[in-house]
Amino acid sequence: MIIEALIGFTFVAALLVLLAPNEWAGRLAFALSLVPFVGSLYLWSGFEAGGNALTGGTIAFESQIEWLEIGGRSVSWFVGLDGISLPLVVLTTFLVPLAIVSAWTPIDTRQSQFYGLMLFMEANLLGVFMALDFFLWFIFWEAVLVPMYFLIGVWGGPRRKYAAIKFFVYTNAASLVMFIGFMALVFGLGDSVSSFGLPEITQALAAGELGMWFGIPPETLAMAAFLAMFFGFAVKVPVVPVHTWLPDAHVEAPTPVSVMLAGVLLKMGTYALLRFNFTMLPDQASMLAIPIAVIAVLSVIYGAMLALAQKDLKRIVAYSSVSSMGYVILGLVVFTEYGVGGATFQMVAHGLISGLMFMAVGVVYNATHTRMIDDMAGMADRMPIAVGILVAGAFAYMGLPLMAGFAGEFFIFVGAFGADAALPYAPVFTALAMFGIVIVAGYLLSAMQKTLFGPFRLETDYEVGPAPFHDIAPLGVLLAAIIVLGVAPDLFFEMIRDAALPVVEGVSVDG
Amino acid sequence: MVDQLPQWAALAPVLALAATGLLLLLIDAIKPSSRSNTSMAVTSALGALVSLALTVWFVVAGTGHEDTGGAIYLLADAIKVDTMALFFTAIFASVTALVVVAAHDYFHDHESPAEFYSLVLFSATGMALLAVANSLAVVFVALEMVSLPSYALVGFLKKNRGSVEASLKYFLVGAVSSAIFVFGISLVYAATGSLILSDVAEGIESVDGLAGVAGVGIVMMIGGVAFKTASVPFHFWAPEAYEGAPAPVSAYLSSASKAAGFVVAFRVFTEAFPVGASLSAGIDWVLAFGILAVVTMTLGNFAAVVQTNVKRMLAYSSVGHAGYALIGLAAISAGGSGNDAVMGAAMAHLLVYGFMNTGAFLFVAMAERWGVGRTFEDYAGLAKRAPIACVAMAVFMFSLAGLPPFAGFFSKYFLFMGAIDNGFVWLAAVGAINSVISLYYYSRVVKAMFLDDPSSPSALDAVDVRPTGLYGAVIFAAVATVLLLPGFGPVIETAEAAAAALF
Repeated sequence: MIIEALIGFTFVAALLVLLAPNEWAGRLAFALSLVPFVGSLYLWSGFEAGGNALTGGTIAFESQIEWLEIGGRSVSWFVGLDGISLPLVVLTTFLVPLAIVSAWTPIDTRQSQFYGLMLFMEANLLGVFMALDFFLWFIFWEAVLVPMYFLIGVWGGPRRKYAAIKFFVYTNAASLVMFIGFMALVFGLGDSVSSFGLPEITQALAAGELGMWFGIPPETLAMAAFLAMFFGFAVKVPVVPVHTWLPDAHVEAPTPVSVMLAGVLLKMGTYALLRFNFTMLPDQASMLAIPIAVIAVLSVIYGAMLALAQKDLKRIVAYSSVSSMGYVILGLVVFTEYGVGGATFQMVAHGLISGLMFMAVGVVYNATHTRMIDDMAGMADRMPIAVGILVAGAFAYMGLPLMAGFAGEFFIFVGAFGADAALPYAPVFTALAMFGIVIVAGYLLSAMQKTLFGPFRLETDYEVGPAPFHDIAPLGVLLAAIIVLGVAPDLFFEMIRDAALPVVEGVSVDG
Repeated sequence: MVDQLPQWAALAPVLALAATGLLLLLIDAIKPSSRSNTSMAVTSALGALVSLALTVWFVVAGTGHEDTGGAIYLLADAIKVDTMALFFTAIFASVTALVVVAAHDYFHDHESPAEFYSLVLFSATGMALLAVANSLAVVFVALEMVSLPSYALVGFLKKNRGSVEASLKYFLVGAVSSAIFVFGISLVYAATGSLILSDVAEGIESVDGLAGVAGVGIVMMIGGVAFKTASVPFHFWAPEAYEGAPAPVSAYLSSASKAAGFVVAFRVFTEAFPVGASLSAGIDWVLAFGILAVVTMTLGNFAAVVQTNVKRMLAYSSVGHAGYALIGLAAISAGGSGNDAVMGAAMAHLLVYGFMNTGAFLFVAMAERWGVGRTFEDYAGLAKRAPIACVAMAVFMFSLAGLPPFAGFFSKYFLFMGAIDNGFVWLAAVGAINSVISLYYYSRVVKAMFLDDPSSPSALDAVDVRPTGLYGAVIFAAVATVLLLPGFGPVIETAEAAAAALF
């Protein structure tokens, strides 16, 4: 019942904030958003799960209520947690209060609607990570788009309408392709599954129950479904070449929305890739290992190159997300304990780090009202604390040891380097991907040197002073979390590895 | 408890609607001083709600269900009360209640709104009668009973040229299609020797030499159904009538009247012309409906894409939805295992559609009441002045497009899935593609309301009143659209059980 209470409370909170007056909607939203965070800590403390929820492991806080029946297969309210979903749930509930506080300064119109939508989105995100029934999951998955569309479209920058619609159309079209792919699998399984429960479907697929459907042999069906789902999720991640909605959405979105977009929404894509493509159809994944690894490395290098070429601080961070997501895909495709586990860990780490970067850039923007590198210099003079944290965040991005980013990337490289069995030429791919870190260091350092250090220069008609406390505080909290997770990755990594192992064992490496 | 009532009590929902209509006339005739807009609206809304309550009670109690002794026949088999009849009566009564509540505000300054309410109630009576009709003669009479008040309702704004023009077009097309329909009935009677549906079915099995006559009759009856459901080839009255009519009437016609067309189609074609018997007589009406479904949904959707007027866009989208619902008849086969599933899904879709489409048209009614204009541009920035109503409208639009968080997703999904399960992948594929196209024009409304800025700062000054009845109806429809998602289980189960009784 605790999961129902958590999601239900967040929906009610969204409604309360929506009806609250604008003046204190932000504070109310922050207070209410702490409850899901405490709830998720409670989930963490009472977390007892073994293995992967989909492959037959024990599911923590499992709850299943029959909903309705479609063509002989039941749809139910089926939620639960395992070592892969819990860290993402904690990440979500942790980021939302911080994002809400970071919105206090920049959001100055229709506040109650803004914060209401943020909480509405949080409730649906929690649903995405906790749902274990396909229909339930899909409803939450799509329901995330609606608040995001409005958050970008109403409170965004000058080209917000274009960005919002592009985001909506891209991800919606992708969802449809994915939906069809998954449905093909369900039809192919025929009578061997009696529900849309993800564990049941995964196990039926593993048992080789996939049959002919409309004259399509099972191998072709599985491959087509894999490709359709991969495409659907790849847009969400996003990977090169379907990433073009991301920079537009990020640049136009207000800071707190960027934080949620980079911190959690992108992880929906990688989470779904892991859950659906790599857990349900591991054989197809290893057949396509080389093309997927190429896409991963391409995302790393090309994303970093694009970041190198930008003149807008926010665009730099946005493109670097594409680059970081490439590492996650690489970690998944190698099918090793450290690869898959590291990829999952990197989802959380990147959620924190990119959240920090977007927030810090947002704080600078609040003061300067420009994000163009050429327009400013020497910001460190005027806002030393914010700049200090921004620099620390950049180092976390570059993978400085004892910070979360290092742990995630290190696990992935360790897992990927020796993974010849699942991925031919694994060392080559890994080495190429590692080269991405060099570019990251290049563009982050050069951008920071230009904007933050040297003599102060900014053309304004007002005095630029230090940022207010409620702008700085979330940055500090995030940085602390990044360091804690970097020093003690086992906080999450142990449970992640426990849930990742069955996925790795599911693939026939020599086949 | 229902068991202890006399048989004719099964007609209570129909009688409640008829009695309310007569009561309205009575009030109007004997005490004109008390015929205020409000008292009329309240009376008619109460009548519709009583009818709704009775239907829900009967459905829950299982009246006409196999478990309680099967369908109830009355008046020498001319009337048949079963779960399907009750299901559709629930749709009619809900839409009627929403429309009369909204009309109270829409006609706030009309000199004599009393006629409006009684016309709506009589039309609703006709629909409820249509749902229980078991004889082609009753079908025709009930159909006319639905249509005649509708013509008057469309032209209700006598001094508005658009309204009168729409009424005339609707009447002319309606008169022609009625003539075709009744001629079709006479041909079927000639070939089979009966008007009672089950006897017609027996006649079809032994039709032999008269198969051609029966076939022509059936084709003509398809034409009548196409008119009532606003499907190709008799759809072209719909955009004119829906655009010209007062918006509550558009809501009523496009939701309830359309559903009435479908209840006739579902009952007559499955009971009077069973697929197997028709096929062996060489009459493939399933294929005819398949082609009509594809053409109707495609035409409706593509025409909706290019509209600049929101009401006209909704009118074409309503044509498109008729195409989806036709899948319920087009995707069945002789002895097909999924027949009840796909027809039940079509019925459930019509129920969900009854709420989301009525709500959308009532939002348009509200915009007309404000006087903000009719095009997408005129809706720009409305969300700043009327956020709650605009959220409701966004719910309707997303639900009509079939996006997952709303009931429209499930109803469309069940429909397409039922078609695939029954072997009609092509129908589902065309439906899905059309659904994606529809997202474009539905999301334009949302974009205009929430993202666009008003064309001039004073453009929204018209939004100065909060019509309580309209607001209430719109919000109620939105809440129903959302709640039908978690509550879809009982709806689809009832619908499938109702459909199963037909095969």
